[in-house]
Amino acid sequence: MSDNKKQVVRKDAAWHELPVGGIIPAGGTAKEFKTGDWRTIRPIHDREKCIDCMFCWAYCPDMSVIVEDGKVVGFDYDHCKGCGICAKVCPPRVSAITMVPDSEADAETKKEEEAV
Amino acid sequence: MSVVAKKHRIALTGNEAVAQAMRQIHPDVVAAYPITPQTEIVQIFSSFVSDGLVHTEYVPVESEHSAMSATVGAAAAGARSMTATSANGLALMWEILYIASGSRLPIVMPVVNRALSGPINIHCDHSDTMGARDSGWIHLYSENAQEAYDNMIQAVRIAEHPDVKLPVMVCMDGFIISHGMENVELLDDKVVSDFVGSYKIDHPLLDIDNPITFGPLDLQDFYFEHKRAQAEAMVRAKNVILQIGEEYAKLTGTKYELFETYRLDDAEVAIVVIGSTAGTAKVQIDKLRSQGIKAGMLKVRVFRPFPYEEIKQALSHVSAIAVLDRADSFSSIGGPLFSETRAAMYDAEKRPLITNYVYGLGGRDINLAMIEKVYQDLLEIKDTGKLKQYVNYLGVRE
Repeated sequence: MSDNKKQVVRKDAAWHELPVGGIIPAGGTAKEFKTGDWRTIRPIHDREKCIDCMFCWAYCPDMSVIVEDGKVVGFDYDHCKGCGICAKVCPPRVSAITMVPDSEADAETKKEEEAV
Repeated sequence: MSVVAKKHRIALTGNEAVAQAMRQIHPDVVAAYPITPQTEIVQIFSSFVSDGLVHTEYVPVESEHSAMSATVGAAAAGARSMTATSANGLALMWEILYIASGSRLPIVMPVVNRALSGPINIHCDHSDTMGARDSGWIHLYSENAQEAYDNMIQAVRIAEHPDVKLPVMVCMDGFIISHGMENVELLDDKVVSDFVGSYKIDHPLLDIDNPITFGPLDLQDFYFEHKRAQAEAMVRAKNVILQIGEEYAKLTGTKYELFETYRLDDAEVAIVVIGSTAGTAKVQIDKLRSQGIKAGMLKVRVFRPFPYEEIKQALSHVSAIAVLDRADSFSSIGGPLFSETRAAMYDAEKRPLITNYVYGLGGRDINLAMIEKVYQDLLEIKDTGKLKQYVNYLGVRE
């Protein structure tokens, strides 16, 4: 899909080279639009606490909760906008999702990488 | 014209003639909401559907916003789609008008011209469609029911032409044309259906083997290019309108161009006008001509794209021009037709004197005496070489 899109809509295309009417002659192209960079806070998932009730998966407006074999395994940070709905709908007695400022999360990741 | 298709002369109102055109065009989808004076068009057409005369999917929606939205959706899906409206209904369609044109969907929509409220009024003027003049739609205006019928059939081909792909409004004066009965010559159903052909778009949404993304977010990096392409389509529309007019003339013997001139070639004074008033003006022009006054007229059929070059050439020999606007733009410098005509004449080698008459608002009648007054004023302007004022209000109580 990604290759198809790049082929039909070049970034530097002149007005007369574009498909008519603003269409993109390919499907599922929202995936190419990385909305993750709109985010200032990110959800952090605690696998130990999670009961896999799927509330977060059902409520996520960006299909950014990753589920494998019926288990929540994390988030798609390329598309998660950090709205916090997942943390809000996570049952209070479970509280498996916490929202953390991206700056802190990035600093944490950097520290871990340096330690390695 | 050598070969002319058989025609059926019957008495019809403008609304009936347009509904007949729609039946013959046989669109796949019509989504509409009734509003005076357009109501009859969709009412009659819905009878055609329920009587099985057409196999159109008729969608009775809850508002004009929904009517245009459903029409946009159907057109994008790959269906030949139409709606119809007037005045406040057109106003309620506003945001979707731009989505139709920006998405380059060849929708055809008859608009029965009616004054926009307020104060509330249901009678004819052009404030509705003139307000939508920058919405990216092609605007065809009709002088009578015959022209409304003929414009409808040509509009389908214009809208869907590969060089154009733009929606078209077919405008006719509310009540004066929509409810006035005249002799109208209809073509055979088969002739119309052969003329309009079948609807084909490059990327219909229902082509599930070739999925597309329709209506995606179009930001700083692409929106401008899409608008530039849209502007070019409007430029190209001019030649397409002329080509389709030629082709239609082969069927009917009547040639439609960008505008019609009446006794203009040797005219010293002329008016520029849109819609049914042209018929009244022709009678007055004949009277003036019999008195030796060289009066003429230019009746605009295509307002968008505006045929500025052709109008400049057609009017450049005239000494004094009056532009009659059935809408005020409240710019403080007259109506929209005046602005466009005056701008077109700026490049004329010998610029004529041009004045504006706003008339007929809210269905106020315009008669021969009023048009005669305009020509008398023009003769005075020609003789003195001076305009008294740019904007005049014709037929208002002073």
